[in-house]
Amino acid sequence: MVDHVGTVFLPGDTIHNLNKSEKTGKIIIGPGLRQESETIIVSKPGILRHKEPNIYWIDSHQKKYVPVKGEQVLGVVTAKAGDVFRVDVGGSEQATLSYLSFEGATKRNRPDVKVGDIVFARFLVANKDMEPELVCMDGAGRSSGMGVIGRDRGFMFTCSLNLIRKILSPGCVLLKTLGNGNRFEITVGMNGRVWIHGRSVVDTIMVANAISAAEFMDKDQIRAMCSKLADRFIVVE
Amino acid sequence: MAVESSKSKLSKNVLQMKFMQRSVLRMEKEEIEEEAQKMIDEEHWVMAVPQGDKQQRQSQYIVEPSYSRCEDLLFGRMSFKGCNPEIEKLMKSHMQDSELEEASRKESEIGVDDMEMAERYESLIGTVAKKFAKKRQRHEEDVESSSKDQSTEDKIKKKRKFMKPSDD
Repeated sequence: MVDHVGTVFLPGDTIHNLNKSEKTGKIIIGPGLRQESETIIVSKPGILRHKEPNIYWIDSHQKKYVPVKGEQVLGVVTAKAGDVFRVDVGGSEQATLSYLSFEGATKRNRPDVKVGDIVFARFLVANKDMEPELVCMDGAGRSSGMGVIGRDRGFMFTCSLNLIRKILSPGCVLLKTLGNGNRFEITVGMNGRVWIHGRSVVDTIMVANAISAAEFMDKDQIRAMCSKLADRFIVVE
Repeated sequence: MAVESSKSKLSKNVLQMKFMQRSVLRMEKEEIEEEAQKMIDEEHWVMAVPQGDKQQRQSQYIVEPSYSRCEDLLFGRMSFKGCNPEIEKLMKSHMQDSELEEASRKESEIGVDDMEMAERYESLIGTVAKKFAKKRQRHEEDVESSSKDQSTEDKIKKKRKFMKPSDD
């Protein structure tokens, strides 16, 4: 048994006695942990987390996004370069997005994407040696919510990657409670970008502020904040 | 080797004859090929990988670089109160998917496995059979089970029989 789950680790520390899966005898190591031959070394400072039965990762504070294959991000189209768009995702390098990787796109029928558009896309290729590549389709060729998002409307802001994980975690009440009282649409990218579109500008700002304020709040505090906001909001209207 | 020795047996004079020219060419070609093969074999190099690294390939660790799969994060697009009906439809299907997954996981945890099922069914057979039995049979069975301690003679006595009326 690992008794150090939930304690702080620093880069270079080694971790022993991880729980194996009973069926396969394997251990899944997530972000922040690295395998050096047969030892597990911590590569990010943070708290060791564990999920039954055999998943371990380090929960660390981070603002810089490193592309990871399969993650969905919000990017800004910065250039059209022949067959591909260059997309800024906040990583070390701009990602490429082929014009064919949109739902229903063919060589004849190009998607309507302009420089400056915000796209919600998934990483198809992301490793340290190659240029990251985005697609706006799932495996079956459907858009499934990806593609260009809200041209001429909405507001995008950035926050820490922790906050992104917090508001997207299944146990978080923030978006649910905000959604109870307000009509708005939100898109959250794993790269720390959040796009919000509310009924009015005031509404959008309110949701954005609520999200950035919730970074260090617990569930009860979030609920209290949301109820306060709901009261205020009625007054504004 | 045997082939080579047989080749060398043919003398120069024989090989110089006109009808032998084709086989001479073939033999030369074979020789060149053999030489090339030898060259390749000599130059072919193998990485001196230590034995430990081979095991690493079947390591007990699986690397999962994404937080979203570690923490089961939700899909990034959401819409509330009908702001974007398309997204709300997506949200609903995602919700159903996760619910189904959860249900199947729970099912596999608390579900009945085959052995248990067989055992339980074994004990059930009697009860089910009773349901299909006729009323009289059922009654008899009940009596039988309730009076197990009674002697077999008793049971025989209790069994109804056709009683022939007297001839008088």
